[in-house]
Amino acid sequence: MLTNLISGDRPRSLILTGLLLAILLGLALAPFLFPGVRSLETAARICIFIVLVASYDLLLGYSGIVSFAHTMFFGLGAYGVALASTHMGRGYDALVVGAVLGAIASALLALLIGLFSLRVRAIFFAMITLAVASAVAVLVSQLSGLTGGEDGLNYSIPRELTPAFKLGSLFGVSITGKILNYYLVFFASLALFLVLLRVVNSPFGRVLQAIRENDFRAEAIGYRVVFYRTLATCLSAAMAALAGSLFAIWLRYVGPDTTLSFEIMLDILLMVVIGGMGTMYGAVIGATIFVLAQNYLQNLMGVASGATEGLPLVPQLLDPDRWLLWLGVLFILSVYFFPTGIVGRLRSED
Amino acid sequence: MTNAAPDHAPKYAQLSLPDRIGKAMPLLLVPILVVLGFLSIGSPSSWLTLTVSGLAMGMMIFIMASGLTLVFGLMDVINFGHGAFISVGAYVGISVLLGLESWTGVPSLLLNVAAVLAAVIAAMCVTGALGWGFERVIVRPVYGAHLKQILVTVGGLIVIEQMIHVLWGPDEIYLTRPETLKGAVTFAGAAIEKYRLLAVVFGLALFVAMRLVLKRTKIGLIVRAGVQNGEMVEALGYRLRLVFIGVFIAGSALAGLGGVMWGLYQEVITAGMGEEMMILVFIVVIIGGLGSVEGAFIGALLVGLLQNYVAFLEPKLALISNIALMTAILMWRPQGMMPVVKAK
Repeated sequence: MLTNLISGDRPRSLILTGLLLAILLGLALAPFLFPGVRSLETAARICIFIVLVASYDLLLGYSGIVSFAHTMFFGLGAYGVALASTHMGRGYDALVVGAVLGAIASALLALLIGLFSLRVRAIFFAMITLAVASAVAVLVSQLSGLTGGEDGLNYSIPRELTPAFKLGSLFGVSITGKILNYYLVFFASLALFLVLLRVVNSPFGRVLQAIRENDFRAEAIGYRVVFYRTLATCLSAAMAALAGSLFAIWLRYVGPDTTLSFEIMLDILLMVVIGGMGTMYGAVIGATIFVLAQNYLQNLMGVASGATEGLPLVPQLLDPDRWLLWLGVLFILSVYFFPTGIVGRLRSED
Repeated sequence: MTNAAPDHAPKYAQLSLPDRIGKAMPLLLVPILVVLGFLSIGSPSSWLTLTVSGLAMGMMIFIMASGLTLVFGLMDVINFGHGAFISVGAYVGISVLLGLESWTGVPSLLLNVAAVLAAVIAAMCVTGALGWGFERVIVRPVYGAHLKQILVTVGGLIVIEQMIHVLWGPDEIYLTRPETLKGAVTFAGAAIEKYRLLAVVFGLALFVAMRLVLKRTKIGLIVRAGVQNGEMVEALGYRLRLVFIGVFIAGSALAGLGGVMWGLYQEVITAGMGEEMMILVFIVVIIGGLGSVEGAFIGALLVGLLQNYVAFLEPKLALISNIALMTAILMWRPQGMMPVVKAK
């Protein structure tokens, strides 16, 4: 039963199993274990990024395609929910319609990009997605009539999902709509993650891995490489859009900075690489570690920057705004020295 | 057995006219676009202004793109960190210019040109050295692995960009051009900025020089042969790695030069400018055909002209005009206009 649920893809390492269980339990019981607005925010972000990173891993890790447009699909899903909620009014139907339309739009756009670039050579894909994603980001911030421009959109979601809705208290924690909203995000993320796990362990996923290892040979065996690559792109785009929808439902706000910026794309890349490419569990580990570090380590940098005030250059290097600098260094080092990421390391030890 | 060979009479037929036009089509695209622009804009003076600024923009993009396309052609290395050299070049060059205020502030052509030259040389030296380091540290360990190359060079881009923030501070820097490069000349009723004219002339000279080096010198011959078939060149005893490092350094220095020119054109520089230009550079390299300098030149002119025309005719569309151009060209020629490197 359990093996079926995870599609027969066991963690294959004792430590990894322990870590995954701890993360699962931690996230499932987050409102009770770590009460407080900030920790709930962090937990929801982890859930959403697990799905987003896992969907990216389907491309990068399993198919060997580099895309820089993943935040674009993420943003499309988020804007889908935001626009539907703005125009259809408050309601669950708006959330569902927005999420579905966002996912369809993302898949279609991915199909279009894929047909243009994957047909020729996979490396075009990286460059073209970069160009298209930046054009979309500019477009979204320019079309302020539709998207709210740089300010983004605020909208209302059903009352049962907002902090204003009170249900009573359980184990000393007062149950509000925010906690219901968290569980919506949690279970939806869990379901999406299990779907992705199913996909990569299906025959389809095997073909993707074969193409990643040797596309010429896969073609020779009789698999149409372009078809499989394009399908993987569409699937991963749709999944990213659904993660975006969850993000929009959780935040009740979308804006270019929170959903479309290149910085988020870098975050995703780093999460995949740190966790481990080519395994879905890498996404779980990578996203969890990264989001925790992002939320709590930046404060530490601020402290360190303050403590080294007198020295030349060091305070500027440790400034919390230079967070990205250290991410970049970490990123390069992990690509060189840990190409298989944490999960790969743990698995090879056993 | 007097006539063992089968009967055949080889003929040298000239290509039919449509075939010949098809072959020359990439070269004709720029004039066609200019004529189309003239027809749709209507007023000759604004057309002239737009054409000159489009050409100027195209030349600058070409300067930045040429190194990237050669590096890719030679070693199959795709360098996403190329944009960082543009930013670094701009910051170094502009810092020198700001330091030489006493030269740039006076309306003396000689002093102004000397200041700009000093800025350009400083920028090219720094970015060339940076390119050398980048090749050694970042690119060398990941030859032959595209996926890692893309990831690692993106990492390099971030680190360099953040280092600019550390060294120069997070704010954008505004500047004014040297005195003699300010203002415009009026020609046939059209106001043309002096700097843009200079950029066109300079870019054109650089393109001609690059072509001469590539087509007339021995090193150019080795580079071109290396792009077409690197293994064969190595088998003939040339150390292609050294050539490649040279091209990488030259390409980085050119990106730095492009950065200075772009900074003077925009009169403001930011650490993110390289990343923004990178997108145009990629579009140019893709539509030109990977590895082709001529293709990149034509592509850059097309991008520059189209962007200026469309921004005048329909400002909202200007954002997507480049993507539309790329889509159209890839539908027509999936490998780009003049591919040198065979699809792998």
